[in-house]
Amino acid sequence: MTIRKLVALGSAAALTLTLSACGDDSDSASETIVVGSAAFAENEIIAEIYAQALEAEGITVTKKLNIGAREAYLPALENGEIDLIPEYSGNLLGYLDPDATATAPDEIEEALDDALPEKLDLLDFSAAEDKDSLNVTAEFAKKNDLTTIADLADLDGLRLAANPEFSERPYGIPGLEKVYGITGIKFTAISDGGGPATLKALLDGDVDVADIYSTTPSIVDNDLVTLGDPKNLIAAQNVVPLISDEKASDKVEDVLNAVSAALTTDDLLELNGRNQGDEKAAPATLAKDWLKDKGLI
Amino acid sequence: MSIVDETWQWFRAPEQWTGASGIPSRLLEHLGYTGLTVAVSALIAIPIGLWVGHTGRLRGLAVVLSGALRALPTLGVLTYVVLLSGLGLTPITVALTVLAIPPLLAGTYAGLEAVDRATIDAARGMGMSEWQVLTKVEIPLALPLIVGGLRSATLQVVATATVAAYVGLGGLGRFIIDGIALRDDPRMVGGSIAVVVLALVLDALFVLLQKAATPSRAPKVPSRP
Repeated sequence: MTIRKLVALGSAAALTLTLSACGDDSDSASETIVVGSAAFAENEIIAEIYAQALEAEGITVTKKLNIGAREAYLPALENGEIDLIPEYSGNLLGYLDPDATATAPDEIEEALDDALPEKLDLLDFSAAEDKDSLNVTAEFAKKNDLTTIADLADLDGLRLAANPEFSERPYGIPGLEKVYGITGIKFTAISDGGGPATLKALLDGDVDVADIYSTTPSIVDNDLVTLGDPKNLIAAQNVVPLISDEKASDKVEDVLNAVSAALTTDDLLELNGRNQGDEKAAPATLAKDWLKDKGLI
Repeated sequence: MSIVDETWQWFRAPEQWTGASGIPSRLLEHLGYTGLTVAVSALIAIPIGLWVGHTGRLRGLAVVLSGALRALPTLGVLTYVVLLSGLGLTPITVALTVLAIPPLLAGTYAGLEAVDRATIDAARGMGMSEWQVLTKVEIPLALPLIVGGLRSATLQVVATATVAAYVGLGGLGRFIIDGIALRDDPRMVGGSIAVVVLALVLDALFVLLQKAATPSRAPKVPSRP
């Protein structure tokens, strides 16, 4: 999506919002939305984006960021301590229904419809995804002519580094064997979630492939090649606002849907990069910059 | 089924006792990391401890340094060394050596300090050289405390060597870290129990070793009635 398109989309959304703000007085002025976030930077940045976008439309927002993991914030959402949180589609489904097998974005969306608790709503899914992704160095990709995971099947004795669960989860080694026919993988478990130690192993050539979350700035910083996943082995993790039913007024939905329409994986990469890199930009600053950039505030 | 039963079933499963990811090979790996680390640490800490204890020099520095080493978080050191040297045995050996040096160093110089000054003076008075004083008087008398240092170093290392699994190595920590990652509680608990049992067995061996290291005393003078 080009910038111009995004800006157009953004201003269209803003216009709709302004119009609806004029016409729709049913939302009382005392409407307050409590925005929560999981305890990691990217989620906090998206939560800030939601919060500031809502504030810009005159909605009162309280922030309870950095709550913890899903086990902590989903109950908080259900009992009304928070009203809104940025979620990731695949992991949310996996939490709500541990037996779910859906991996494609639309399958997950459908499955979530059934699995979601009564009182909660999902708004529009954004294109932005933060999910496991298999990466190789640019050099290795070129040498072996790699663009997707399927191309790995031609290589012998592939060495792969990932979090320990990758060795047994369906999207991990078993899936690579079953879905893509890649066998004889030599697996190294590194428990840093695709962090610096995993990156070092890849750059040193100790391993050929590394599982790194798709919005990790090191992918860009080191010119890594993220292999495509044509068979949807790795579940989609689209960023989506999860909101309490009673707070999801038309106005709120419009604001958040406009945000989701504009948010991309590249945006998250850039935001995380500014947050983790030398700039160490605060989530609130990043959110403001992004919203301005997209013409949403 | 309770976690106790599940863990028991985990231990009983035949696949736990064979192959490269079975308990026996993980146990051997674990003992390997422990042995390597304690050996490297002893080579560094014991000579320094002997010198400090014998000469009484730089004692303050030894105390401060071993205190500082104790304060270093093992996982932090481990990750840092991985970033410097890459994967392999080096990071875990360095990280655990940092952990093992303080008790070894302290045990050694404290052991030498605890030797009765009068005994050392007597040895010198008999015409022993400094080397003879060290090897024939001080070390034998300090041996129980030196072995004590070795015992506490080994126990700390054997319990902490589980972090090797954090950076792609094996050992009993593999069960704990994989168990956590896969939310497989029986595996995690089973791995923890294996580490505890190993630590207790090693500790018992050291108790025997410490007894053997204690110099036999001269026959007791019969107490007066």
